[in-house]
Amino acid sequence: MAGIARYGSYVPFSRVQRSALGAGRGSRAVASHDEDSVSMAVEAARGALRDAAAPDALLFATTSPPYAEKTNAATVQAALGLSENVASVELGGSSRMGLAALGLGLDLASAGRRALVCAGDVVIGAPGGPRESQGGDAAVAFLTGPDDTSAARLLGRASATVELLDVWRLPEDRFAKQWEERFGAEVLGPVLADTVTRALKDAGVEPTELSQVILDATNPRAAAGLPRALGLKPEQLADGLEAQVGRSGSAHAGLVLARCLDRAKPGDRILVASLADGCDALVLQVTEHIAAARPSHAVDAWIASKREDLAYNAWLKWRGILPFEPPRRPDPERPAAPPMRRHGRWKLAFVGGRCTRCQTGHLPPQRVCSSCGAIDEMQPERFADRKGRVATFTLDHLAYTLQPPVVAAVVDFEGGGRLACELTDVEPSSVAIGNEVEMTFRRLYTGQGVHNYFWKARPQR
Amino acid sequence: MASNGIRDRVAIVGMGCTPFGEHWDKGADDLLVDATRDAYASAGVDPDAVDAYWLGTMGSGVSGLLLSEAIKIQYKPVTRLENMCATGSEALRNAAYAVASGAYDLAMAVGVEKLKDSGYSGLVSSRPPDDGTLPSMTAPAMFSLLAPAYAKKYGVDEGTLKDVISRIAWKNHVNGAKNPKAQFRSEVPLEKIKSSPRVAGMFGVFDCSGVSDGSAAAIVCRAEDAHKYTDKPIFIKALAFAAGPAEGFFNQDYDFTTFQEVVASCEDAYRQAGIQNPREEISMAEVHDCFTATELVLMEDMGFSPRGQGWKDVLDGRFDGDGPQPVNPDGGLKSFGHPIGASGLRMMYEMWLQLRGEAGKRQIRDPKLGLTHNLGGQPGRCVSFVSIVGR
Repeated sequence: MAGIARYGSYVPFSRVQRSALGAGRGSRAVASHDEDSVSMAVEAARGALRDAAAPDALLFATTSPPYAEKTNAATVQAALGLSENVASVELGGSSRMGLAALGLGLDLASAGRRALVCAGDVVIGAPGGPRESQGGDAAVAFLTGPDDTSAARLLGRASATVELLDVWRLPEDRFAKQWEERFGAEVLGPVLADTVTRALKDAGVEPTELSQVILDATNPRAAAGLPRALGLKPEQLADGLEAQVGRSGSAHAGLVLARCLDRAKPGDRILVASLADGCDALVLQVTEHIAAARPSHAVDAWIASKREDLAYNAWLKWRGILPFEPPRRPDPERPAAPPMRRHGRWKLAFVGGRCTRCQTGHLPPQRVCSSCGAIDEMQPERFADRKGRVATFTLDHLAYTLQPPVVAAVVDFEGGGRLACELTDVEPSSVAIGNEVEMTFRRLYTGQGVHNYFWKARPQR
Repeated sequence: MASNGIRDRVAIVGMGCTPFGEHWDKGADDLLVDATRDAYASAGVDPDAVDAYWLGTMGSGVSGLLLSEAIKIQYKPVTRLENMCATGSEALRNAAYAVASGAYDLAMAVGVEKLKDSGYSGLVSSRPPDDGTLPSMTAPAMFSLLAPAYAKKYGVDEGTLKDVISRIAWKNHVNGAKNPKAQFRSEVPLEKIKSSPRVAGMFGVFDCSGVSDGSAAAIVCRAEDAHKYTDKPIFIKALAFAAGPAEGFFNQDYDFTTFQEVVASCEDAYRQAGIQNPREEISMAEVHDCFTATELVLMEDMGFSPRGQGWKDVLDGRFDGDGPQPVNPDGGLKSFGHPIGASGLRMMYEMWLQLRGEAGKRQIRDPKLGLTHNLGGQPGRCVSFVSIVGR
């Protein structure tokens, strides 16, 4: 058998209040204008990887792929600085694929391979509809590995595949549609009950032995009857994060699982099920390795670090739903393929250089040392996890951006190295010389149909 | 190895300069015709007399054909060059060396820029295809990095610094109001400058130079020939230029309160011209006030003010048109306007008028030595030109 060795999560900085949408209480998490499912998955995976041994395989699940054709998982691989020898697989088509990918990653681990499983989604819905208000944006990542070092061992599992018209979207459509909820609940409710029952049987675990139960579904009604049918007590049911995050597509079951792992004790048993065009259910047991497996940011820490007041129209503009008056500046140019490939380690993995003669750090990497003049004596060095400080900054009201003003800063890194870059997830009036910042992987803009990924700095979250 | 200079070996014997501004009715070719026509007339020569041309433009055309086609040059060398916002000065530097070497007797430097056809705000430049990681800051944003850094280093509160940079804009508008060729020819009240809409950082609209169209031209010859063309030639005392490794974007010691390139090019220019104390010996200067804070920092980099004291000199009126050391008496980039390729030669045009006593209401009393300073790029990563000229 196998298990989860490490994990990480990510909830973006902004929240839209449902009251602003006329859609009840609570808020939903909103990816920034410079984020997408790939960039958020990278942020979650950085938490999972840290100093762990490199994975052999990378699985990425999303229903909101930045590119319909082009391996989005390859961008995740590159941004994490993983070897190009990693196998990569991308899963999509329904929100169940996040948990399905974790199941697949556990299968790979059973076969002796280590898999990094990431899921991320930017969930949008037609303005005024329930997907818009009840959805959320987030990402999660799990590193799977052999049983003996797992933080959460797989005890049992079950799956089901059901063809029905529940949630669907044509490739050319922006927004998914959903059939009448009562129909979906009628068909999928029994599927969930059956799959969960089989998974528990496979695990040899009774419902009463579960410390947390996670039920994620395209249709909340479909899961509504199950706790009672299984005889679960209310405290066994995991908080579905509806009030703070919203249902984050393919990331959601994993995100709630990550939050359970943030709080679990060794010996805890967790059932997680995801219901969409069928069902996947996993039963896990938390081990004594759980403390070492936890990322620096718990899900609750991400949730607590937020701006709460994002305007509805700003959000619609960020998602490209609302047209807007652009600044009187040229549209951004698409980056070119050959220089992106030449500088891929810099652009995506944030690998600079350090002079082996005089130890001067360089971002971007240079061939000639700016300090001692040595030629081609640089050692690659990844600066992604290095803390930085604002050396100076400005607010640019003229530059092209979906969220004016651009906050531009010169950042000095611990241990040497300096970069002029944008700050993101920041209140412009709070920026000051000396502020501490950390790096985050972002989609700077999309120019002429090409996404331009690079790194920005943000205040520590 | 030495920067030997060509002190007093080359003279400017004719200049032309179009009005700068929004020339909706003129293209780069029209502006070139106007500036070169006036330069020929100023030197009293026919076009045939000029042996070679250096044309500076950042982006209003490519190759020497931009000039030769417009003014119908009869099969002579025309070099097109570019060095960002210092392009116009670079044209003059190369033409001056050409006559100093003896390769040609009479050469013309001409600069032109047609910015107002783009439809965009501010300056737009095209870059070669890249990896998409370069900072996307606009020009005002890049130069606005100077302000908080200066304020912090010298303990000047931001309100006072805003007063200082606003006064620089005010002074350059006062000067420009006296200049019939300037883009903006009216004084602007200080309060209006201070409260103008923010563009970047501490900069409002009035902290930025004018985006404009224009052209300027100079005819140069060896000093011994100068009086063949004019009774009042002006002589080149120094020409200096510096480009560096763009250290400001690598080196954590760089603090955005100076331009190393300016310091280096000034040191070279002062050495060439034999200047010991620029604060006392330079009568007037045209400097690259692309943004108000740039002019403040330049005063210190050029040795016109001690480090950390420039802001006091500004408030004291030292650099006013009627002050002890006038800076940008023609209105500068701020109110004369900044058509990139033409600006360096426009600065020299003011030296030409002032040293010849032809600056009208702006005339400075008996100037001895004038300095032009022209930079391209941004703090921490720029090219810098300095010239010193005199009678």
